Amino acid sequence: MKRKLISLCTFCIAATLTWGCGDQNEPEEKFTNLVWSDEFNTDGPVDPERWIFDIGTGAEIGLPGWGNQEQQYYTDRPENIKVEGGMLHITARRESFNGSNFTSAKILTRGLFETTFGRFEASIKLPFGQGIWPAFWLLGNDSNGTVIWPQIGEIDIMEYRGQQPTVIHGSIHGPGYSAGNAVTDSYQLNNARFDTKFHVFAVEWGPDYIDFYVDDELYNTITPADVGSNEWVFNDNTFYIILNIAVGGTFVGPPDDGTPFPQTMLVDYVRVYSE
Amino acid sequence: MSISMKNLASNTMKRVLAAGVVLLVTVTACERSVDGLSQPDLTANPEVFINSFSPGLEYYPYEGSLNNAFSVDTDNKVGNRGASMRFDIPNVGDPNGAFAGAIFRDDFGGRNLTSYNALTFYAKATRGGSINDIGFGQDFLGNQYEVSRKNLQLTTNWRKYVIPIPDASVLDESRGLFWYSEGPEDGEGYTFWIDDLKYEAIENMAQPRPSIFNGEAVTQTAFIGSSTRVTGLGYTINQADGQDVTIVPSSAYFTFSSSNPDVATVDVTGQVSVVGTGEAEITASLAGNVATGSLTVESQGEFVSAPTPTRDPANVISIFSNAYDNVGVDFYNGFYEPFQTTTSNDFEVNGDNILAYENFNFVGIEFRTNVPSIDGTNMTHLTMDVFVPNEVPVGSSLLARIVNNVGGGETSATATIFQNIGSPRLVSGQWVTLVVDIRGMADRSNLGQIILAADGDNNIAFRGQTLWVDNIYLYNADAAN
Repeated sequence: MKRKLISLCTFCIAATLTWGCGDQNEPEEKFTNLVWSDEFNTDGPVDPERWIFDIGTGAEIGLPGWGNQEQQYYTDRPENIKVEGGMLHITARRESFNGSNFTSAKILTRGLFETTFGRFEASIKLPFGQGIWPAFWLLGNDSNGTVIWPQIGEIDIMEYRGQQPTVIHGSIHGPGYSAGNAVTDSYQLNNARFDTKFHVFAVEWGPDYIDFYVDDELYNTITPADVGSNEWVFNDNTFYIILNIAVGGTFVGPPDDGTPFPQTMLVDYVRVYSE
Repeated sequence: MSISMKNLASNTMKRVLAAGVVLLVTVTACERSVDGLSQPDLTANPEVFINSFSPGLEYYPYEGSLNNAFSVDTDNKVGNRGASMRFDIPNVGDPNGAFAGAIFRDDFGGRNLTSYNALTFYAKATRGGSINDIGFGQDFLGNQYEVSRKNLQLTTNWRKYVIPIPDASVLDESRGLFWYSEGPEDGEGYTFWIDDLKYEAIENMAQPRPSIFNGEAVTQTAFIGSSTRVTGLGYTINQADGQDVTIVPSSAYFTFSSSNPDVATVDVTGQVSVVGTGEAEITASLAGNVATGSLTVESQGEFVSAPTPTRDPANVISIFSNAYDNVGVDFYNGFYEPFQTTTSNDFEVNGDNILAYENFNFVGIEFRTNVPSIDGTNMTHLTMDVFVPNEVPVGSSLLARIVNNVGGGETSATATIFQNIGSPRLVSGQWVTLVVDIRGMADRSNLGQIILAADGDNNIAFRGQTLWVDNIYLYNADAAN
């Protein structure tokens, strides 16, 4: 009885909050507890208590081109990443830098914030152009290097090809269903583009399911049934958040002479809710 | 309608232009009479040619073009009804017109196109061809808001094409609804068709990118009184399928500005006038979007002109001078590959044209391929005035050579001036006259080339310099002057 009362009361508060902010894109009522966020409200470098950087071409960790023939050199310079005007700016540039022809940035919450299950959402205005590959994604903990990709699991909340400004992709990678065999679906905007205004990309992830959303429209649900006899690696491991822009690579092909640079991905916020 | 078009097709350009003048006056008078009020409501009819001509549309071919290149074709069309526009491009050398080109104009006073963002149509051709120019805004009334999509590639199947409007807000009284200009492909004529030609508000075109000077940051030496134009205009927009489309808009779509109007001003047409000493950057925007590319004017102040030649024109054959009528010239810089570094940045000051060679090592001026060569039998000397604006490096020398029978049985005459010996000297900041005595040439009846060079394989002192040249001409010193 007591329990019931408490749970009813919790519902009341949640309902009140939802009503109070009726004009906003509130999360589905299942994931209402904000456990982590970055609103990018302080100008300057990204918050070192929330994010770490990947630097270089991947060759530094034995993964040249980050395993995808990507062409950028990741830096933590303000030319490539900064917070300004309430937004995170990740900027890909065409410039010679340490042997690469492009620079960009990639930030991760690895070791700072990792969790299992929840609603992960970000409001993003994407760049555009042939060979531009921005992503908002999650990667599973590798247990100090003892478990390797794709066994660790990967959830791509949003991937995008700059040459297809109306389409994004949501995917999961695991053992037996990685890279070209990932379980994936696409979402196409009608009469709008991803590079002209902000859109909210989200997954709602729980035991044996991951729901994919664009602007709170559910467009795909992936469950263990979708990976067949392969192992579902998304029920136990903790995952961290990644934001980046790659330039070139297997998913998008190389940029061409017509690709305008610099190209900037603007992120208004990243939020994580639990049940 | 077809009878009317045939009549118009046989009209000369002069009559078309005269009609345009009358219409322009009428429009201007109309504007005055409604001073302070908005334009009379013009139709926003987006259709140019769907199954037939839209009301008010008239056809005006270019002077010299094949007059009957255009016809209405009921056999080839998009969909089952009506007809398409058919264009028969002539073969090379067609005596009735070696190219096809025309404007299609609204003669009911114009349309209000402000609610659209593109001209669209379906097209196909009898072969893969590329139309040299196709667009809108050409009206024979000033062509103020002309747009061309250059080298539009066609296939043998119907495909839809888009010509974006860079800024529709200015097209509130648009008469030039469609134009094209096309010549033979590889010497051969062919046929293309256009159908469903109309203005549209297309969803999902974004990322407009205007440009000037082809997106490059250009620097130019200039002087008080000199002028130049903003060129290399472009506009690129990204379509929903991710493909960019690029057009060439007229200057009227752009807003130009100067960072320092005390040094250089720029008017609404993109004409740059240098009025002071110092540096000014010319930039542009289009509908609020900053254009890539710029012009940095480096004004050196007052220009010192070369001395005006005084020889009797009867005893002169002029190759480059504002003082004489010049003979035809193939080019003043042959950009000889692969060893030439010399680039050209020619300029004009107060009506005086100057050849400006930059990053100089050598350069060729030729007059023999597309123009007659020069018979200099009665001439005795070649002369030119040269000016080095920067300090002349120690040991510099400059050679001038004129060549007869270029490429077969060549003979030539040469003169060299030096920084440190002889007379005259190669000096900085003043005009020096370099004279080549050509009397020693066995034959000078087929002169075709002048070479200027930083002299000698071992003398590299003058390489990379800037050199200005004026008043290049042959003269007869023996004539009673």
